Amino acid sequence: MVKDTRISTKLWAAANWTLIGFFIVNLLAMIATVVTSSFATRWLGTWLPAGWTTRWYSAAWSEFQLHDVLLVTFQIVFLVVVLSGLIGVPAAYALARRDFPGKKLVMLLFLLPLLVPPITFGIPLATVLYQTGFAGQMSGVVLANLVPTVPFVILVMIPFIEQIDTKIEQAARVFGANTFKLFVHVLLPLLMPGILAALLLVLVRTLAMFELTFLTAGPTSQTLVVALYYAVFASGVRAVQSIDAMAVIYMVTTLIWLVIALRFVNPTQIVARAKK
Amino acid sequence: MSTDVSIPLKQRLAARGLDGLTLLVVPAVLFLLALFIYPFLYGLFLSFEPKQGGVFANYQRFFSDSFLYGTIGTTLWLALPVTIATLALAIPIAFRVRLMRNQRLLTTILVIPITLGTVLVAEGLLNYLGPQGWFNRTLMTLGLISSPVKLLHNYWGVMLSLVITGFPFTFLLTLSYLSGIDPALEQAGATLGAGPWERFKHILFPLLLPGLAITFCLSFVQAFSVFPSAVLLGAPAGPTRVISIAAYQAAFEEYDYSMASAVAMIMALVQLAIVVAVLAARGLLYRGPAGGGKG
Amino acid sequence: MTINAASFRELRLDRLSRDFGSHNALKDVSLTIGKGEFIALLGPSGCGKSTTLNLIAGLLPATGGGIWLDDKRIDPLRPEERGFGMVFQNYALFPHMSVNRNIGFGLKMRGVPRAEIDRRVAEAAALVRLQGQTEKLPGQLSGGQQQRVAIARAIVVEPPLVLMDEPLSNLDAKLRLEMRAEIRRIHNTLGATTIYVTHDQEEALSLADRIVVLRDGVVRQVGTPEDLFSRPDHLDVAEFMGFRNKVKGQVASAAEGRATVAVGEAQIAGRTRNAVTAGAEAWLAIRPEDLHPVAAGQPGLTAQVVSTEFRGREFVGFARMADGTDLSFLAHDKLSPGETVTLAAEPDRVLVYGGAA
Repeated sequence: MVKDTRISTKLWAAANWTLIGFFIVNLLAMIATVVTSSFATRWLGTWLPAGWTTRWYSAAWSEFQLHDVLLVTFQIVFLVVVLSGLIGVPAAYALARRDFPGKKLVMLLFLLPLLVPPITFGIPLATVLYQTGFAGQMSGVVLANLVPTVPFVILVMIPFIEQIDTKIEQAARVFGANTFKLFVHVLLPLLMPGILAALLLVLVRTLAMFELTFLTAGPTSQTLVVALYYAVFASGVRAVQSIDAMAVIYMVTTLIWLVIALRFVNPTQIVARAKK
Repeated sequence: MSTDVSIPLKQRLAARGLDGLTLLVVPAVLFLLALFIYPFLYGLFLSFEPKQGGVFANYQRFFSDSFLYGTIGTTLWLALPVTIATLALAIPIAFRVRLMRNQRLLTTILVIPITLGTVLVAEGLLNYLGPQGWFNRTLMTLGLISSPVKLLHNYWGVMLSLVITGFPFTFLLTLSYLSGIDPALEQAGATLGAGPWERFKHILFPLLLPGLAITFCLSFVQAFSVFPSAVLLGAPAGPTRVISIAAYQAAFEEYDYSMASAVAMIMALVQLAIVVAVLAARGLLYRGPAGGGKG
Repeated sequence: MTINAASFRELRLDRLSRDFGSHNALKDVSLTIGKGEFIALLGPSGCGKSTTLNLIAGLLPATGGGIWLDDKRIDPLRPEERGFGMVFQNYALFPHMSVNRNIGFGLKMRGVPRAEIDRRVAEAAALVRLQGQTEKLPGQLSGGQQQRVAIARAIVVEPPLVLMDEPLSNLDAKLRLEMRAEIRRIHNTLGATTIYVTHDQEEALSLADRIVVLRDGVVRQVGTPEDLFSRPDHLDVAEFMGFRNKVKGQVASAAEGRATVAVGEAQIAGRTRNAVTAGAEAWLAIRPEDLHPVAAGQPGLTAQVVSTEFRGREFVGFARMADGTDLSFLAHDKLSPGETVTLAAEPDRVLVYGGAA
């Protein structure tokens, strides 16, 4: 990092900051619009609404059956988080600790679902899930969501496991720990921070996963984001403020978990997982 | 006392890295074979078993109907400009942010739109970019325009939503590649008399380029699979009828899974073609470590 | 199926081998170790000494041969079934457990009752002089203290065999000497059987009852420290044991363990270590501390001084012979570069090895 004091450099820096400032102002203004609207009595043709109210929240709660939707959402998210941890962490451990023939191919298998966009593999996946009878109910939604989250857990956990000295595991073995005891007494406590971070990110991703849930959910297995999509899609039927209130509920739900997750991970990690 | 020293099979396998521990990978592999590879292959075969007509009837129909084959062009016309624009914005800004001591606040703000997802961004933009929204109001107050600009239910609405979710993604990925370059290399360049532009051109950019190729691929693939915002913010029957809408309609409105699979396969192929082209070009670049000697 | 310490008489390695792909890390190593012995595996890095230790511990599967504890073959057993104690190079303490829990880990795995664990951990902590530190985490301890925890953890299970993998390599010189004495004291106190891996000859000589010298995966010599120090079997072992001057010559005469070797004009007498025949090529091996300048004309090696370094009581000199062979020696007086010296050693201190190096 070399400091530079030339005028041209300063102008260039200023231009960059202006761009990023412009982006952030618009982003925050967009979010503020939704929040403002959700508390507005009437908001037409003015800078700010005519008055403030919270009634849209109770309206949205009953109109969109948010109680049921949230319950379903949390059930699905909980199952996805637990299952992707159970499948992903052991696999990550094996991949971090062993070299075996065909390992490159296995890694590719885990990389692809993260690189291929959900809508692309979601349509054939939904077709198979409909024909096997899983789609349309909660199990289908969970299965579909696990397709990207299992590899995600694996790829986040591999470097975390690799930085734990194998000698510590060898020591546990020499002192009489079998695989199960090794896992409970040594590995699990050491891996906990990494598992927690990976699973929190899975939680946030699953809350926000629209495409796969949308393609596989039935009327009783929609998550909040899919319900929001249908509400926006059918806008005109309900008051705009009511939809905005639902959007705020969705935002708060997601952002709370994001804030918790960011206590454990760096924001760049959320996108940089695909980096090879 | 026996002197048999033959080695049991279990030990011989273990010497090659195959033991009980390796088997922990099996559930994950089986899961993805069943729910990722199998559906893809199933879809591929299904696409050659059309509801009517010969083996290639789906593909013939797709490429003879402008309402269908046109979606490729429509999607590319959205995805390519968005990818190039976000990359062009992300590179200089990443170079700037790299110098900051505390990047956390900025990166946190930028990760928000990615986390919230495309549906919420679409919903927000419907409010924000509308004729009475704050965006048009500000422009009119500043006197830049006299009547509201139409930014919704057309190309621009989808384009802007893709930039809002795409830019942070591209930026954070670029930043993480850039942080992987040893700062000592740039300092070495400076001591040898290279100015900021020369340092960028001769040292940083060549080292960053392979990472940028990956970033381009990922950003492009994301943009190419645009779906909810094309429906909610665009004109899904016309100028923003992207390929995922065609696939969705075939599957869930016409219940023609065979045709839907064909469209999905075409979608995957176009993505693959662009990615392969970019990665092939990347193969020509330097791809070694970006550290300064000590690995 | 933990091994009962009482039943153990000897540990036998039988043609033990380990390949990594096409590379032979260890080739047909056979060795018998008796109960109570302190054995050092000595050799330069990559000689196979750590591989041997890992094979005994069960951390690495063998690709040939077997390991026997008395009449029982143990190499198919998993490490946790062997019941040995091990001290790792970087200690490998469990970072999330207190000193107490680290030491008690092996006992807990064996299902020893809580009260007995506490008692034995306290005993082991006292033996390694760690009282008062036992509630700390490993990260809060100094290097020497961590080392003590690692040793306590290995011995508290009263293992038939304690394995130590370069345990002192991460300590500074002063602590190294202190811990060396500690390790020997603990070994004697417990009457344990110890296999100790090191690349440091001095460490091996001062600690071990017997030393096993390994090179390129093959055992070169097994013997007591005195054997190895004064009577290495091979030229490469001699070199490794500090016979740093290696001079080529031709055997003039050889009889009854003595030989005279012609190097240029000079005739040098020494003790033979293998078959030496008159007229054949041979190597002389001499320690620098045994090689001194003598008056010109006396029998000795003629060389030109390159440099001398002051070492307190004496000077260490470096010289080069006419054929390019480098020599190091000790001198009482400073010599100037370029000067010609004659260097000689007591015949008893000169080893003669026949054949090519």
